[in-house]
Amino acid sequence: MDNQNIDPTEYREPMKADASRPPRGKLKIFFGYAAGVGKTYAMLEGAHAQKVQGVDVVIGYVETHGCIETELLLNGLQVLPWRVVNGNQALHTEFDLDAALARRPALILIDELAHTNAAGARHTNRWQDVQELLESGFNVYASLNVQHLESLNDVVTRVTGITVRDTIPDTLVDQADELELIDLAPDDLIQRFEDGKVCLPEDIAQTVPHFFPKGNLIVLRELALRCVADRVDAQMQDYRRDQSVARAWPVRERILVGVDTGSSSTRLFRAAQRMATALHAEWLAVHIETPDYILRDPAGRDRIVQILHIAEKLGAETTTLTGHSVSEELLAFAHSRNITKIIVGKASSPRWRQVLFGSVSEELVRKSGDIDVYVVTGERDEPQPRRVVQTLRSINWPGYLWAVFAVMLCTAISEIIFPYFSLTDLVMIYLTGIVLVAAFHNLGPSILASILSVLAFDFFFVPPTLSFAFNQQHFFITYIVFLLLGIVISVLTSQIRHQGEAARQRERYTATLYALSRDLARTWGKNNLIETATRHIGQVLDCQVAILLPDPPERFSSKDQNFPLDLNERGLVEWVYAHGQPAGLGTETLRDSKALYLPLMASRRTVGVLGAQLPHSTISPEQFHLLELLASQTALAIERTQLVEESQKAIVQIETERMRNALLSSVSHDLKTPLAGIMGAAGDLLEGEVGTRRELVQTISEEADRLNRLIRNLLDMTRLEAGALQVRKEWHLAEEIVGATLARLDTRLHDHPVTTHIPDDMPLIPLDGVLIDQVLGNLLENAIKYTPAGSPIDISVEIMQGSVVFQIADRGPGIPIGDEERVFDKFYRARPDGGGVGLGLTICRGIVEAHGGRIWALNRPEGGALFQFTLPLEGRPPEFKPEEMEVSE
Amino acid sequence: MPDNVPVVLVIEDEAPIRRFLQSALIDHGYQFFEAANAKDGLSQATTRKPDLIILDLGLPDLDGLEVVRRLREWTTLPIIILSVRNQETVKVSALDAGADDYLTKPFSVEELLARMRVVLRHSAGLSQKAEEPVFTLEDWKVDLSSRQVFMDEKEIHLTPTEYKLLTTLIRHAGKVITHRQLLKEVWGDAYSNEDQYLHVYMTRLRHKLEKDPARPKHLMIELGVGYRLKVD
Repeated sequence: MDNQNIDPTEYREPMKADASRPPRGKLKIFFGYAAGVGKTYAMLEGAHAQKVQGVDVVIGYVETHGCIETELLLNGLQVLPWRVVNGNQALHTEFDLDAALARRPALILIDELAHTNAAGARHTNRWQDVQELLESGFNVYASLNVQHLESLNDVVTRVTGITVRDTIPDTLVDQADELELIDLAPDDLIQRFEDGKVCLPEDIAQTVPHFFPKGNLIVLRELALRCVADRVDAQMQDYRRDQSVARAWPVRERILVGVDTGSSSTRLFRAAQRMATALHAEWLAVHIETPDYILRDPAGRDRIVQILHIAEKLGAETTTLTGHSVSEELLAFAHSRNITKIIVGKASSPRWRQVLFGSVSEELVRKSGDIDVYVVTGERDEPQPRRVVQTLRSINWPGYLWAVFAVMLCTAISEIIFPYFSLTDLVMIYLTGIVLVAAFHNLGPSILASILSVLAFDFFFVPPTLSFAFNQQHFFITYIVFLLLGIVISVLTSQIRHQGEAARQRERYTATLYALSRDLARTWGKNNLIETATRHIGQVLDCQVAILLPDPPERFSSKDQNFPLDLNERGLVEWVYAHGQPAGLGTETLRDSKALYLPLMASRRTVGVLGAQLPHSTISPEQFHLLELLASQTALAIERTQLVEESQKAIVQIETERMRNALLSSVSHDLKTPLAGIMGAAGDLLEGEVGTRRELVQTISEEADRLNRLIRNLLDMTRLEAGALQVRKEWHLAEEIVGATLARLDTRLHDHPVTTHIPDDMPLIPLDGVLIDQVLGNLLENAIKYTPAGSPIDISVEIMQGSVVFQIADRGPGIPIGDEERVFDKFYRARPDGGGVGLGLTICRGIVEAHGGRIWALNRPEGGALFQFTLPLEGRPPEFKPEEMEVSE
Repeated sequence: MPDNVPVVLVIEDEAPIRRFLQSALIDHGYQFFEAANAKDGLSQATTRKPDLIILDLGLPDLDGLEVVRRLREWTTLPIIILSVRNQETVKVSALDAGADDYLTKPFSVEELLARMRVVLRHSAGLSQKAEEPVFTLEDWKVDLSSRQVFMDEKEIHLTPTEYKLLTTLIRHAGKVITHRQLLKEVWGDAYSNEDQYLHVYMTRLRHKLEKDPARPKHLMIELGVGYRLKVD
């Protein structure tokens, strides 16, 4: 029967579309401190234990590294095929996420959680694959070594001297439902290793000499044990908190970390994360963008983005704010977000600078009020040569040439006018040169111009000329003031210039956003909206842009010839739409694809996907942010039109329904009222009448009754055809409904013995009692009409293959051969003198099908007609409170 | 007119129905008053001092449900409502608002007279505040003081809930009781939407007290409305 495939949740919660999203799967991590402790082995043993209990277990990716003991454990478990990837040098095998999703296992095993996927995979990292599996509702067993935890990464590097590149965010481990520590004493591990019992992957084999000194193993083991112990402690606290219902938990702690390129940000984050975990707090990382920051080279700005990204991986919420004073902005933000603790790095600037200009940490401590400020040691992460290289590369050579040229020009002019003016006037000439250099170039060239100007002034004009010596003391003061003036002018001018640039860029962004929102507000209709948004965003990014909507007839089809979508790209678009995360070019997910895809997230849901064929394979953080803003503007506009369309449709539908119901009920009222009069009057007359007159009145009464049934059928038929039939399913017992019908037809049935077969253990059935009573009534009236008086009618109800089957059998002449289907047709009558109009069975079919069931007719081999109809047994019957079920006599 | 003649007020906008009701009711010894709209009906309800009101739900000037509510503001006199089919929700609302019983048009005079007898008996019982300690119906005997139930002189064991359900039906014998009213009286306010409790317990009661539970004689369901203990 085809209704077996119906999802039982559909009946229970028909209105909630979200209910179709599966609950998140459970993650169990087998956690070890080094390769060779037996994580994979333990994981496979666990899988076998689950399999014995009947769980559908498959192996997503397990590396046995040729270890026979482990390979033996693979027996009896289904291993999913690996994906073969053609890498740069060789063929790799990778976990096949799509195959796993398509297989829909109850439990899937994934080895080496921290693995980095080869290029071409959907996600950069395997842990992201696992995330997607969990989100799709599958349970996962995974293995992990302690050195791959993001927060312990630096400790491991310090202890062992090995940099571990593959890391996973701590949040994944925090979210794991179970963490099983696979432990082995270091001596035993070394013994096993020496005996050759440890199977290692080739790429780890080379690190073995570093990891396997006993000292390292002990430290790694301690780290792993501590990690698990912390988790157990957290679980215990959670348990305690759950148990103490009455006691209100204190206001949550919030920790804020101020981020700067200069301070030791990653250590700062780890300190913050440890503190946050200990306090059950949430933490935020904030970078304040000052005009000074804007002066930094692009490499520095990228670094901030990377640093904030690390913070996100460690579980922080990150933000970038702009302002003049770091301390003031930090504190304002802290107050607005109810921050309780601020962590900043100890300033790494020279002592004299701190004395002169103050330091951020001191200002924070002074102004913080009731917020605690923690200053963490500020060693630089890497006093990198990289930074110097970057600076060298970005030196503004033309600027410096201009500076030299400007000083030469000033010297030449001064030389010409020297005989007519005083020395102080010449200083003015040089200052003009410095101002001009500062106005058009960076700080460096203008400071160079200042120094060169002083030197040239001294060399060419201050006696003794053509020498750097000077014989009058007051010239020393002149030089100092000259130099200072030059530098101050340079600094101020370049600051103004950079602020202006920053302001211009912000203004450009604001103008773009404003132009888009203005045009969107003016635009009406979805297609026009899409056209406007595509044009605007395309202009900003200078590339092809498409807005893809999941609308029929074809999901996510691109109408633009210049933005073709092949099957892979369309799959990616579907993924972006389903997960609400950006993907494609320039992101961490499927970066090899042709375009960048952003979800169009509106207030209630994702309305579509924005695709952009970026001219380069990267996108700057600012551009990305702008693109996100534009996408959300567009999304809101699209949502607005959708809401308008929906509400218009709803209004029309409500109006139509109201009209139809009004018409039907007035027709029904107008036809039935006179009938009620006739039947009432006839009934009244019947009393006291005898003989022929009584028979005549009886005829009036009976014919009026028949007319009443005909009108009822006609009206019901009209309702069915107009789609106005409303099925209100409630939980009923079959016996009660059958009983109601039999009681209603009691007088009409006295010529026909009726037997019923309804098992006592029938469950509650979801049905509309009034309508099913009508079906049963019509079928019984049919049997009464077409069978001779005295012939029996059998009614039975039984459960068959997830449906309830109602059966009404008579011993009459049966259905004309070949008409078994046609009896349900409108106006079909088996006998012209039957008295009906041939609508009763049609109505039965309409009602049964509206319930999701089927109805059919057969001829019984022993003679007579058999009508059967099914109703789906879907949803879960309501539960009874156990005390109500108790029978106490 | 002698005092013991019951006074009936019919509020109905259809003249033919009023006319046959007049003839039938007077023939059966009732004093008859009629009103063609709600306004007139409500005013006559105070002036005529009727013992019973027959009210059509589809009046031209005011919703029948509203008429029930206004009447119930000041009087407990029995109200029987007349409705057409497919008005189950309106019927239930009117019954929950305080109407005593209902009839679906077209109806027969016998049906109406039977309903009228039941509600008049109940209203008389209410005013006398006298309850019979033993309730009998054909082969049933329910001793309300000793909480015993007999069928054909044989004691039937009921669970406390079944017994409570049965006595509630007996208290309203002959009258329809909506699901909500029954659930409230037997299970309490919190269960007023758990109709399935009723279906299950009524079926159990039928299995204990009806000869053929699939063709009940007394414990009747009124689909979409409620239950009725049929007494005649």
